[in-house]
Amino acid sequence: MTKTSFVIANLFRKRTRTILTLLSVIMAFVLFGLLQSVNSLFNAGADFVGATRLMTQARVSFTQPLPTGMVPKLEAVPGVERVAYSMWFGGVWQENTPLFVFAIDPLRYRDVYPEYVMPDEQWQTFAHTRTAMIAGKVLADQYGWKVGQKIPISSNIYPQKNGSKAWAFDLVGIFDGKDDAWRKQTNIAFIQSEYFDEANSFNLKGRTNFFILKLADSKQAQAVSKTIDAMFENSPDETKTQTEKDFNLGFVKQIGDIALIVHWILFAVFFTLLLVVGNTMAQSVRERVPELAVLKTLGFTDGSVLFFVLAEAFSLCLFGGLLGLVLATALGAMVEKGTGGQFVVRLDAGVWSIGILAIVLMSLAVGLLPGLRARRLRIVDALAGR
Amino acid sequence: MSEAMVEIHNVTKVYERGKQKVEVLHGLTLNIPKGDFVALMGPSGSGKTTLLNLIGGLDKPTSGEVMVAGSRLDQLGGSQLAHWRAHNVGFVFQFYNLMPVLSAEGNVELPLLLTKLSSAQRKKNVAVALQIVGLSDRAKHKPKELSGGQEQRVAIARALVSDPQLLVCDEPTGDLDRSTADEILGLVQVLNREHGKTVVMVTHDPKAAEFARRTLHLEKGQLLEQAA
Repeated sequence: MTKTSFVIANLFRKRTRTILTLLSVIMAFVLFGLLQSVNSLFNAGADFVGATRLMTQARVSFTQPLPTGMVPKLEAVPGVERVAYSMWFGGVWQENTPLFVFAIDPLRYRDVYPEYVMPDEQWQTFAHTRTAMIAGKVLADQYGWKVGQKIPISSNIYPQKNGSKAWAFDLVGIFDGKDDAWRKQTNIAFIQSEYFDEANSFNLKGRTNFFILKLADSKQAQAVSKTIDAMFENSPDETKTQTEKDFNLGFVKQIGDIALIVHWILFAVFFTLLLVVGNTMAQSVRERVPELAVLKTLGFTDGSVLFFVLAEAFSLCLFGGLLGLVLATALGAMVEKGTGGQFVVRLDAGVWSIGILAIVLMSLAVGLLPGLRARRLRIVDALAGR
Repeated sequence: MSEAMVEIHNVTKVYERGKQKVEVLHGLTLNIPKGDFVALMGPSGSGKTTLLNLIGGLDKPTSGEVMVAGSRLDQLGGSQLAHWRAHNVGFVFQFYNLMPVLSAEGNVELPLLLTKLSSAQRKKNVAVALQIVGLSDRAKHKPKELSGGQEQRVAIARALVSDPQLLVCDEPTGDLDRSTADEILGLVQVLNREHGKTVVMVTHDPKAAEFARRTLHLEKGQLLEQAA
């Protein structure tokens, strides 16, 4: 037997209680790992490395539309090969199922996103049918849509000119992704921007939410971004040009202050955890006051007894915390793979460091008070049950 | 048996219970030579356990001198007392006080974690201690898998594994039937007679006291008589 095995044996004296406490520590650190890495992701600076496409939106927000008349100017920027544009439609399927539907210029979009694969004739039909719609395979499979069907979709944002929010589109094609990663991104649908422009009751003709710029050379991404934003500076339509990844994150940021949300969730999680683990430790020490007194009787010092209690708290938090962080790493990798690399939820060294610091602080917070109580125990009183 | 193991001189012990002060021992003086086996008897509240706690270094006197195994216990600090206990005294309690999460051998090994002995040496010492108390075949059993008598044997093995000069026993047979109690007391007697351990035992049981070399009677915190 060693002091370590003695600590572990004491930890598991009430197996069910310890396992339940461990599970709560694991869950808390899984949440911590995932949320903290999401937070890091949102707080990271712009990264243009390897970008083959850029997104240009209004500087204030992508909800403020830009004129499609900017297309020739954008295409004239050195390094830009082709420009597409996309307008958020905000479709709702049936009662209340939100869909990702965008109004686009079909052929420009095909040029900019060759990763979306669909027979040419379907692209052509899409381009030349005003009420046409194409859907990604994931979306079409999910709702059993077939080419030739009329798909009724309503929009919470854009009513038609007759005031009706109900729209109907002819499904003329179903596109797939060129590989696994892109196949996972086919949960969207596109409608014709020309038709949308004419049919919606808002005065949005010739305007779009954002441009997608296909670059001739990924090394020019940063330069192109700077050039475009400088070009429209001090104009009525100031722009913000960023990578697709940053654009997608910006999209999610519309929900609110992600950092604040993450911090409050983590505060709630760790506060609850402190109560749970703290109570377990306090109860565990309370239950074995006579045993702790016997340890002191045998010659263990007050400091050794404090050490044993702290070691138990530390073992519980360390094991649960590390397992939680490992699980969060695995889940993050699954999210990254599942979204085709669109959301990189990766537990970097920073997240791990904060996690380990949290483990140490939590161990002290939950172990110190019961430990000090054990340290203060007077042998004769404890043995007499006083 | 001339060299003293325990020398207590003019010791008083006062407990504070709230605002009330209770003097449990009043100027008590006592000598116990090395190799002696003393039974401490007396009614409840007479100060037997308090005296035993002072001898075992579990508590300190309010005044007076307590010299045990050559150390002035009344002058030692908390950590020094802990160190002294680890090397000089073995304890046997009425309710055994074994660690329920450890096996018999784990319980016996516990005091040895305070020494610098190697794991192999600790195992060897544990095996010897368990053999002395006749429980080698129960080494892997947890306390709840043992009878009361066996638990007390494990407690005795734990008390003697670090080879202390002094054994302090607080009602060691108080929770056992007559026949088991006699076995345990016989074992303590062997430890005294054959292994040279000095034994101080608190008991209410006159039959248990018969196993001692002499019996001391305490009443109201004072030593009454010394019977041969």
